[in-house]
This record gives sequence, C-alpha cells and structure tokens, in this order.
Amino acid sequence: MKPREHSADTPQDFADADRTTLIAELARLLPATSLLHADEDLKPYECDGLSAYRKMPVAVALPETEAQVIGVLKACAAAGVPIVPRGAGTGLSAGALPHPQGVVLSLAKMKRILHVDPVARVAVVQPGVRNLAISEAAAAFGLYYAPDPSSQIACSIGGNVAENSGGVHCLKYGLTVHNVLRVRAVLMNGEVVEIGNHALDAPGYDLLALTIGSEGMLAIVTEVSVKLVPKPELAQVIMASFDDVMKAGEAVAAVIAAGIIPAGLEMMDKPATAAVEPFVKAGYDLNAEAILLCESDGTADEVAEEIARMKAVLENCGATDLRVSQSEAERLRFWAGRKAAFPAAGRISADYYCMDGTIPRKRLGEMLTAITQMEKKYGLRCINVFHAGDGNLHPLILYDANVPGELERTEAFGAEILKLSVDLGGTITGEHGVGYEKINSMCDQFGSDELRLFHAVKSAFDPQGLLNPEKGVPTLHRCAEFGRMHVHGGNLKFPELERL
Amino acid sequence: MNQDDLIEGFRARILERKPLCIRGGGSKDFYGGPISGAVLDTRGHAGIVNYEPTELVVTARAGTPLVELESALAARRQFFACEPPVFGAATVGGAVAAGLSGPRRAAVGSLRDFVLGVKLMDGEGRIHRFGGEVMKNVAGFDVSRLLAGSLGTLGLMLEVSLKVLPLPPGDASLRFDLPQDKALEALNRWAGQPLPLVASVWEGNVLTARLAGAQAAVNSACRKLGGEVMGEAAASEFWRGQREQTAAFFTASDAPAALWRLSLPSVAPPLDLPGATQIEWGGAQRWLRLDAPAATVRDVATRSGGHATLFRGGSAEQRAGGVFTPLAPSLMEIHRRLKQRFDPYGVFNPGRLYPEF
Repeated sequence: MKPREHSADTPQDFADADRTTLIAELARLLPATSLLHADEDLKPYECDGLSAYRKMPVAVALPETEAQVIGVLKACAAAGVPIVPRGAGTGLSAGALPHPQGVVLSLAKMKRILHVDPVARVAVVQPGVRNLAISEAAAAFGLYYAPDPSSQIACSIGGNVAENSGGVHCLKYGLTVHNVLRVRAVLMNGEVVEIGNHALDAPGYDLLALTIGSEGMLAIVTEVSVKLVPKPELAQVIMASFDDVMKAGEAVAAVIAAGIIPAGLEMMDKPATAAVEPFVKAGYDLNAEAILLCESDGTADEVAEEIARMKAVLENCGATDLRVSQSEAERLRFWAGRKAAFPAAGRISADYYCMDGTIPRKRLGEMLTAITQMEKKYGLRCINVFHAGDGNLHPLILYDANVPGELERTEAFGAEILKLSVDLGGTITGEHGVGYEKINSMCDQFGSDELRLFHAVKSAFDPQGLLNPEKGVPTLHRCAEFGRMHVHGGNLKFPELERL
Repeated sequence: MNQDDLIEGFRARILERKPLCIRGGGSKDFYGGPISGAVLDTRGHAGIVNYEPTELVVTARAGTPLVELESALAARRQFFACEPPVFGAATVGGAVAAGLSGPRRAAVGSLRDFVLGVKLMDGEGRIHRFGGEVMKNVAGFDVSRLLAGSLGTLGLMLEVSLKVLPLPPGDASLRFDLPQDKALEALNRWAGQPLPLVASVWEGNVLTARLAGAQAAVNSACRKLGGEVMGEAAASEFWRGQREQTAAFFTASDAPAALWRLSLPSVAPPLDLPGATQIEWGGAQRWLRLDAPAATVRDVATRSGGHATLFRGGSAEQRAGGVFTPLAPSLMEIHRRLKQRFDPYGVFNPGRLYPEF
C-alpha cells in the first residue's frame, strides 16, 4: 500500500496493514522478548496515565537498541503503519494511547545512563531512564537534574522531552526545554539526526526547542543529554495558611512583585489538603481555606535573607499562620503532600480527571470562582492544586466512571475549564501535553491558520504522518465537527471518540 | 500611520512575492549571510503592548527599540536577563530574530529561553499567534522559540512576549590573575558549586567574574572566591563593553578584522589556533580574532564538540560558504522544508542564514 501524504484538513486513513505480515516482519527485527502481540500482553499498553481512554494496538515493540528502533520505523514506514511512542506510560493526556491500526513503540528497555560528566555538568542517557534516576546518579557530585514532575520516580526522560515537562521548581529552574542540551533522534524514515550539542547553542534553526514538547509527533528520541546543576546548600519551605483563597492568590503576586523568584510556589485549596493529609500526614493546616508552599534555596545566608523577605510579604497579605520547615525531613514532608495530591484524589474518589490549564497569575481568583460554579453546574467535586508561581492549574475533577454519564459530565467540566483558561489569556496545557485528550480544546486556542502551520511543521519531519497521528494537533475537519456540535448542542459530547 | 495600516502595508509587500530584507534598527546588518532584497523597515511598528511586572512578562511590537523596553523594565526594578546586544539601535524583533545572548547566558539562559510567545506574519501574509504570555505552555509545537535565531527567514515577527526577571539585589565583580587553562578549570569547578556566578570573561591572563543574586549569597561567594573586587562604576562599564562589544578586544585595529565566535562545551581545552582569544560563558563561548581559512577554524570547533561562526568581518573567501557552520544533510533537509512551509515564495531574508535558502 502506498501511504498517503499527511494533510491538515482531513483525518488520515490508515488502511489495515496485514497483521500477520507486519508481526512477522517485526519478529525478524526484534528479539522475542521485545515484541508483544497476544491480546493479554497488549492489555497493559491499552492506556497511559489517563485511563479514561483505551485502545488496543496491533503490537507493542520494545527495542533495546537504536538499530532496532530504526528497523521498526523503516518497516512501519514501508507498510504505512502508524507508530505511537511510549515512555513510562505516566502521561496524563493520553499521548501514548495506542492507534488501533498501529504499533506502540515503547522505549522502556532503553534505560541506560551512558555517561555522567561532573566537570562538564552533563549526563547522557537513554530515553527510558527515569527522571529521578538521573538526579540519583548525579548526587555523588553534588549535582542534580532540575525539572521534577510529580511523577519523577516513574516518568522517563524520553517522556519528559516529548511533553516538555515541568514540575514544582520550574519558575526558578525552567522546564525540560531549558535543561536539555541535545537529543539524538530517529526520523520516521529511519534517518538519525543529532539536534543540539554539549555547547550552549547549535547552528541553524532551534530544532531542539521544536522537538521538546512535540509529543512524539516529529521523531523518536534515542539519546538525551541533560544539563546538571549544583544542588543548593540548603532549601527551606514556608507553609502559609490563608482564610480566603483570593488572599492566597494575591499573596502569590505580591511575592513576585517583591522581586523574589521562589524555588517553588504552590497552592492547595482546603479540599485538596483534606484529601492529602490523612494519606501523607504532611502536617498541613486543615482549617485554612488555602495553603501556599513557598520555597527558598541557596546558601544558608541567602535562604535566611529570602525566607525573612517572603515571610514579611506573606504576613502583609494576611496569612493566618506561617510555618518554616526546620529540617530537611520536614521540608520533604511538606512537599510530599503536594506531590501526592493526585494519588490522594484517587483514594477519595473512584476516578479523577486532572486538568492542566495555565492562566496569568492575576486571573486566579476569577478562575477559582468559575470552578466553584462549575462544580454546581456539573454536580461534581473538584479539588485544586496549582503551580501558583507560574499560573499552572491542576484542578482534579472527582468522578466515578461506573456511574452512567459521569465521565461525559467530567469531560464537559474539563473542557469548560480549558476554554476559560484560553479566554483568560492562558493556555489549555501547561505541562501535560495535548495528546488525545485535549485535541478538541486545541480548536479553542488556535485558528485554522496556526493549525495548518502546525501540520506543516509536522510534515517537515514526518511527511507520511505516521508518528503519533490524531494526537496533539487536530485536523481542520475535526475542529469543524467540534465547532458544529458546540453550536448545535451547547453540550459537549464526543460520540466519535472510541471509548472501550 | 496607524498600526493596522502599517500591518496591511507589510502584508502588501509580502504578497508581491519578491525578496525582502526585514530590518529593525539595522544594528546587526553585519551578521549572517549577505543582505538581499528590498528593505522592509519594522520600526514603525513599535511600542510596548502589555507589561505586567507581577506576571514577569512583557509584550512589545517588533520595532520597539530594545533600550526603550529595557528602561520600562528598569523602572520596575526588572530586566531582560539574557541581555542581547543593543549595538546602538537594536529593536526587540531584531534581537529575537538574531537570537544573540549577552554575558549572563551560561547562568540565566539564552534569549530563546526567554521567549514566551510571538505574533508572526508568514510568507503568504497570514498572521499567527504562537505561545502566549504565560510561563508554561505546551499547546502545539514551540514555534515561538524556533523563531529565536532564525534571522527572519521564517516570517515577519510583529509582536513578541518575553519573560523578565527581578534585578538581583546583590552584584559584585571579581578579578583573578590566571592563565587560560587555569581559568577554564576554575570556571568549570565553580559552575559545579552553588555559587551566584552569572558571567565571566577571560582575556590576557585575567579572569573577571560577576556574582549577582541575594546580597548574602554574593557576600559569601566573594569571601569564598577571593580575588580583587572591582569598583562598581568600573565593573558596570566593563560588562557593558562586553555586551556591546565596545571592549578593546573587539575594537582593536591592530588585530585581524575577522571575528570568530566559537560555541563549545565549557570544558574544551585551550584551542590550537593562533590569534587573540577571549572567553565568555564559563568557557562555552570563545571569541577569536584571526586570519585563517574558514575550514581550519570550523574543523577545530567541530573537533572540540561545538561550532564556529564568522561573526564579523572576514574576507570574501572566508565568507564564501556562509558564515555559519554547515548542517548535516538530514538537518538541512528539515531546514529547507520548514522554510518552504513558512515562506513558500522565498520572500524573507533569503541567504541570510544559509546560502541554500
């Protein structure tokens, strides 16, 4: 079959490649332990961290070497078979949702740390290496890898590159895009490209910026060079209580206005602390309507100076209680509650749905008020945790997928939050990616010209449109359909989405 | 002329499908490949559109003079920390298009790292908005950062949104007498420690280091590192001379006219090339004034793990293959395709980045 050129306008039609021939071809390229195709083996791959969406792939390939990656890509390119790359499967936007006619390419077996250079402050790793494992390998040298998504014990660096992951410290230390120096990647046609280097810039267009956050739609990353930074001598965190969520929001702006860039600045509302505390015993103030976690790091003198300034600002903004971590153990306990917010939501509710909009900080109050109204409108509870310092919101909508209609109401609730994020001058996704989940919301944020250009960018790397199709960027056809439904029903349902 | 009419004027020029040279203050006419095409002057499209100090974001029209942007930030005790050169007349759009970063680059990040969003007119006159005014945004491909350093070859930037930072309260500069190898060793050692080191210059066996951050951190770093403390006025003048390339190293008339910029891993040992050398960015940026065949310089840079740019001057022969390091064929093919998709009629700054497009 001759694969059709990928287009911005209409969905691609992937004729079914002959399953038996494809599996035989992959079996020739991969060791037996690196190819799964029996239903019971495929089952664990039917979804990623967003389990509301599930599909079964034709096969899962788990290459151990770059040569095997090249082989799989060439074989699939020749047969016109889509590829869905997958890291640790912790993603929250169904970016690794399998394509029913495609092959899942898991990079989980490529998990070697190839080289740590403490003098140059660089680590060269394979994509399947866990985020935290890099910092652990660098710890002996007093160095670490800065971006720390909440899932850092499990998520892989390849997945971080695909999503441009952030974390709780990115206001001061940046996102993945600010901390990766180089990637080595394989294009869909099997060609290997080196993007970036161990210097601070590379000639030509900044393809590194384009690749990071590309959600596996441009190339398959087989090696990553990350920047390591010195571990601060000391870090301390203030836990500040507020009797009003708005006041907490104003305090966030006031800290920034005072010329302070905190190492971390997080907010949790009362329902969030109530969900977390019994689980983690972080010592949170359960009477507060909202708490802020405000961290300072640096030398002992520097931290003392900054903590004093932060305390003064927070007190001025009406904090009802301030506690400064007195030991590293206490600091980690304060953070443990924040990092456990998602699993805690999973304990108090059958299911939860995590949103990821970003808004200008000053619009936080409007957003919170609107979310409270949406809770009533949709008859669902929502607990709120925010990367307040950079305006990135993670409202967690609690629902039960077994109750008929709840998932659909949850999706509508989520879509309304994302639409409002765009209307308030923000974005539908700050760090989790568009994936499959937010593809319709892309039609709210971008017009047809931008979407066409995104498709054109993709086609510059992947002319056949085989890498992670139907993710990240909607076709214009899809937006038209979505828009029409929006107008006619006023009630967002996506019957065309398969939900097994 | 009002801004809408101005934009319509730009569009009309673009739709003529003839080569254009997008130009702001013209302060970097010397940089990149030869200029061709009729000048499209962006300076009429100027002004700060939005500045929110508590959001750490400023949005300005492309033709806004960089000095105007910087004085607005300074009034609120903030700054554009990557410190691109002004070279007299730089505009915001020109700074982003050139993608050059100043002395603090190794510590605070590159210009590209500070780009949050752009409004762009493509080669068919269509206006796009990518990114935005928030710190974290992963919706769609990161086209805004792709444009940083693209030398205007992908489109006409109309507005850009940039991240800004508070001015650090503490600031001190130290001097050390050190030969090149010892200076490189010290810089790499210091960079691996939690020190507020934000900039460095080595030249003529003198290493100058700038510390900035919390006052307490600067004070304790000064005690730890030793060296000779520079006076405030002299230090300020010194760093301005680096940023603007008005320092003697760049202006001396008795040195070869060709100024090479080598971007290398910071740990690369001293280079086996003649000519005056100056080192910035903790070892990662090395300036050389020398007359040597381009191939020789590029070869040394490539073997050291980086690349070389003929930044200023040089003979026609040295500039013949382009001033930037040639790309691997697979990357060049991606470049060509991207260019074709943003600018199908080859209107924008042809040949400015690579002779191929």
